[in-house]
Amino acid sequence: MAAPVRVSDIDVNPGRLAVSLRGVTKIYDSGIVALGPLDLDVRRGEFVSLLGPSGCGKSTALRLIAGLNAPTSGVLQASDRDSKMRTGHSIGFVFQEPTLMPWASVRENVRLPLKLGHMPAREANTRVAEALAQVGLADFADAFPRELSGGMKMRVSLARALVTDPDILLMDEPFAALDEITRFRLNDDLLTLWRDLRKTVIFVTHSVFESVYLSQRVVVMTARPGRIAAEFRIGAVEPRGEEFRTSAEYASYCRDVSHALTPLHQGQPIR
Amino acid sequence: MSTMQTPPIMGKAAADERLLRIVRLLAPIAVLTVSIGLWSLIVRLNNIQPYVLPGPEAVFKTLIHDWPVLFSSLLVTLWTTMEGFVAAAAGGILLALLFNQSKWLEYSLFPYAVILQVTPVIAIAPLLLIYLPQQTAVIVCAWIVGFFPVLSNTTLGLNSVDRNLAGLFQLYGASRLQTLRYLKLPAALPFILGGLRIAGGLSLIGAVVAEIAAGSAGAGSGLAYRIAESGYRLNIPRMFAALLLLSAAGIVIYGLLALVSHLILRRWHESALGKGD
Repeated sequence: MAAPVRVSDIDVNPGRLAVSLRGVTKIYDSGIVALGPLDLDVRRGEFVSLLGPSGCGKSTALRLIAGLNAPTSGVLQASDRDSKMRTGHSIGFVFQEPTLMPWASVRENVRLPLKLGHMPAREANTRVAEALAQVGLADFADAFPRELSGGMKMRVSLARALVTDPDILLMDEPFAALDEITRFRLNDDLLTLWRDLRKTVIFVTHSVFESVYLSQRVVVMTARPGRIAAEFRIGAVEPRGEEFRTSAEYASYCRDVSHALTPLHQGQPIR
Repeated sequence: MSTMQTPPIMGKAAADERLLRIVRLLAPIAVLTVSIGLWSLIVRLNNIQPYVLPGPEAVFKTLIHDWPVLFSSLLVTLWTTMEGFVAAAAGGILLALLFNQSKWLEYSLFPYAVILQVTPVIAIAPLLLIYLPQQTAVIVCAWIVGFFPVLSNTTLGLNSVDRNLAGLFQLYGASRLQTLRYLKLPAALPFILGGLRIAGGLSLIGAVVAEIAAGSAGAGSGLAYRIAESGYRLNIPRMFAALLLLSAAGIVIYGLLALVSHLILRRWHESALGKGD
């Protein structure tokens, strides 16, 4: 087994930021204040979870970072320019549902971002095969989404996000709909990928246990409009595995994070 | 215990299913046989004359005897139907694509598409026959009734794209054309095929209506014209024979379009699952 590594050793260029939000707010046309003001910095190579009650605006924050929506006010920066030049797309996004095209094979689904970016076929083929191998689906390239289980569909979605070799991976409650066994396996696989590929990951979840298990930092958000309520640095040894999941250290982190989350629900109608 | 009971139960279920399939096939055939038998019996017992109601034997005999005339008329009608159908399919899909690209165009033109649809084609046909050459008028009639289901279904399909997939295309900077080609059109395909299936039958109706309207004005040689002509001559068996051919043509058109739709969708769409897999 590899020697335990502290979090600080994993950070590449700790000074450089992958994502930076300053006073970012989002107010929808209906007048609903969904987010903010929110200040958040994510270093390159960092794994950060946004944790909060449903409807707290954490998904909204992710969509703003991805550029799918524009913030109402504030300054938002995501990724630096040179990486954009290299791959064309510096951000990969994994949605809550697998969001696959049902009419296309696994291979075609994963190839989509490259096809939209007009990448030559030969290079695209190599990349697609690589991405499928990374998520353990090399043998299912010709299958159609409906022939796959929920966990496998999510893996395809992850492969599609990885295929452009993005710097930042944004994940919006990707495993929320899966059973616990599948979810644990995917959590472990995600951690392995993160260690190997050194991506910046921003992971939205409403599971305390998942956030603590995965992240270097857990950001707890308040109910709408979403702001930062508390932040926890999870300084556990790497690589994490079953041992960490059953440790007293893990339980104590979970307890702390849960405590930070609990007052948010008080005085709120139960949804 | 339960493991020992399972196989016979499964076997019984499979046998039940097979029986059900046979019943589904045989029941309509039995109904047809009985109806024809009754029809024949009533005609014979009451000694009804063929110019009032011919028996099934007389109709069948006419079908064979008049086959050269009826068959060439069938071809004429089928050809008209096909031209109308192709025009309806192309017009409906193209118009829906235009509407999808420009809201202005949709708001301006959609009400007139509805008006064209709700006005009975039988009332429009005589007017068209005045202003257009007969063959063109017949095709236009087939087009008028056929294009609307294609238009509305395609519009529905283009608008029912998964929101997250649309977001994904936006994230990867897809152009309008790419979004249309790789996302909207495939997503709309099941709806388009559903519209085409309806349009196939309607095009036949449109063609027949126009032929009847044209037939009373003079020249014409389609099946509907044969029906009208035979009516004037009190050649009732031939009316029945032509009607029979029209129904058969309708069934074949529907069956073909359903087959095409199934073949295209069978690998991914819910509607085609569990059938023939």
